[in-house]
Amino acid sequence: MWMEHPGWVLFGTWVAALFTLGIATFLYKDNPVYKFCEAVFVGISAGYWFVSYFWQTLLPKLGYPFYAGVKTMFVGPAEWGWLVLLIPGTLGVMMLLRLVPKAGWIARWPLAFIVGYTAGLRLITFLQSNAMTQLQNSVQPVVRYDASGQFLGWESFNILLVTVGTFAGLFYFFFSQEHKGVFGRVARVGTWFLMITFGAAFGYTVMGRMSLLIGRLDFLLADWLHLIR
Amino acid sequence: MAENPTEMKTGLFDRLMRIDRRVIFVFISVALIVPLFFNVSQRIQVSPEVQMLNDAMSKVPDGALVLYAMDYDPPSAPELQPMAVAAFKVALAKKFKMVIIGLWPQGPQQANMAFETATHDPLFKDVKLTYGVDYVNLGFQSGNEAVIQKMGSDIPTTFPRDYAGTPVDQLPLMKGIKNLGNFDFMVNISAGYPGTREWVQFGADRFGLKMVSGSTAVQTTEMSPYVGKQLLGLMGGMRGAAEFEQVSGYPGRAIKFMVGQSVAHVIVIVFIVIGNIAYFATRKKRGA
Repeated sequence: MWMEHPGWVLFGTWVAALFTLGIATFLYKDNPVYKFCEAVFVGISAGYWFVSYFWQTLLPKLGYPFYAGVKTMFVGPAEWGWLVLLIPGTLGVMMLLRLVPKAGWIARWPLAFIVGYTAGLRLITFLQSNAMTQLQNSVQPVVRYDASGQFLGWESFNILLVTVGTFAGLFYFFFSQEHKGVFGRVARVGTWFLMITFGAAFGYTVMGRMSLLIGRLDFLLADWLHLIR
Repeated sequence: MAENPTEMKTGLFDRLMRIDRRVIFVFISVALIVPLFFNVSQRIQVSPEVQMLNDAMSKVPDGALVLYAMDYDPPSAPELQPMAVAAFKVALAKKFKMVIIGLWPQGPQQANMAFETATHDPLFKDVKLTYGVDYVNLGFQSGNEAVIQKMGSDIPTTFPRDYAGTPVDQLPLMKGIKNLGNFDFMVNISAGYPGTREWVQFGADRFGLKMVSGSTAVQTTEMSPYVGKQLLGLMGGMRGAAEFEQVSGYPGRAIKFMVGQSVAHVIVIVFIVIGNIAYFATRKKRGA
């Protein structure tokens, strides 16, 4: 393919490297180079998604089957299954009417369909996966032994920690009673568990951002400048 | 006359409270860049979640049919690509029959790149794979969790053509694959929605799919509760990738990058400690 030609690869690497550096200039302060790179990125992303959805969703899911169905009406044997496509097609057009100020209210109908469909689809799965199965996983014997009857101290401690954390966390989110006395103290333990969870999440986020930076640095030093292998 | 030592100390803490963020950026950059120039590595301690993942993959019989769902794109590649490469190396070693899909538009492309990297490893120079027989890439399909739901009942109508546009009924590997129940195992590499959560909810819990996951660091704490019965193992972020490279015996880029990652983390911790000391030292002065 023409895109795999070494010249294009080199050109692409340089463009990517310069845009990376352009975005990185924001670390010093906001500047026109950063603004330019940001605007190009936003524009290309929007264009990419539009093209992607057009070719990978709109045409294969609606356009081609609709065309094939209509074609059977003229060249036979006639098929009627394609008529069902009129429903999503119409809903899609109704959604686009948001762009017309006077007819914008019509977009509420397809939105209502999406909300209803998503709620129905996800309600049961969340109930099953995030409530019932999680509950089942949490209810475990706190004292653990291995197959030979040896007491497993660390595993037992972990399960105890999960049990205490779950109960204390639930106490914290029980808002119909004032957090005072024993109830308040347990809720406070719950707050600590929540804080540790948020801290762990933040730590992971820092690691994630560092990883992305390493990825860019590796690209600049290896693929662009060939300073490292 | 000499300055009052207490005032000098307070002045120092005041300055520490006002460290320019660019100073921190310089420290972090140096910490991440310098290790890249040296062939150094650090000891990687494998976490129980990654050990579970490796154990689960090891128990999958050789030649099993495995689904690889690659739900990520280039921005998450530094974290997730090493996971994908290592997971494909395991597949090559165990001669898995692989069906690759993506619920993210660029996922199948990332999968192709990871697969190519894995097959170019000298360890697998003798492994000869035939597309359509040993592995297929069915490409992207829009619809998020609805795609998984539909795969539970009928895969050929969900993915009528592969990544290159070949009808699936012309691919020998796809003959006999009707739904998710036909897969022995699944590896999901996920950067967000749709991803591991949806595969657990719709694939594992509903259709009994045995699965493991590699996720970005940001969403690891959200996926951790699933580890156990719903998720047979989890790698989180670059550290998870490095652990999996270590435990699976296929060291790669994640292990290489972990040195810089660790040094940068130490620097972040040092700045947090300095910031807190300075904050508490100047709190009285600010009348807090």
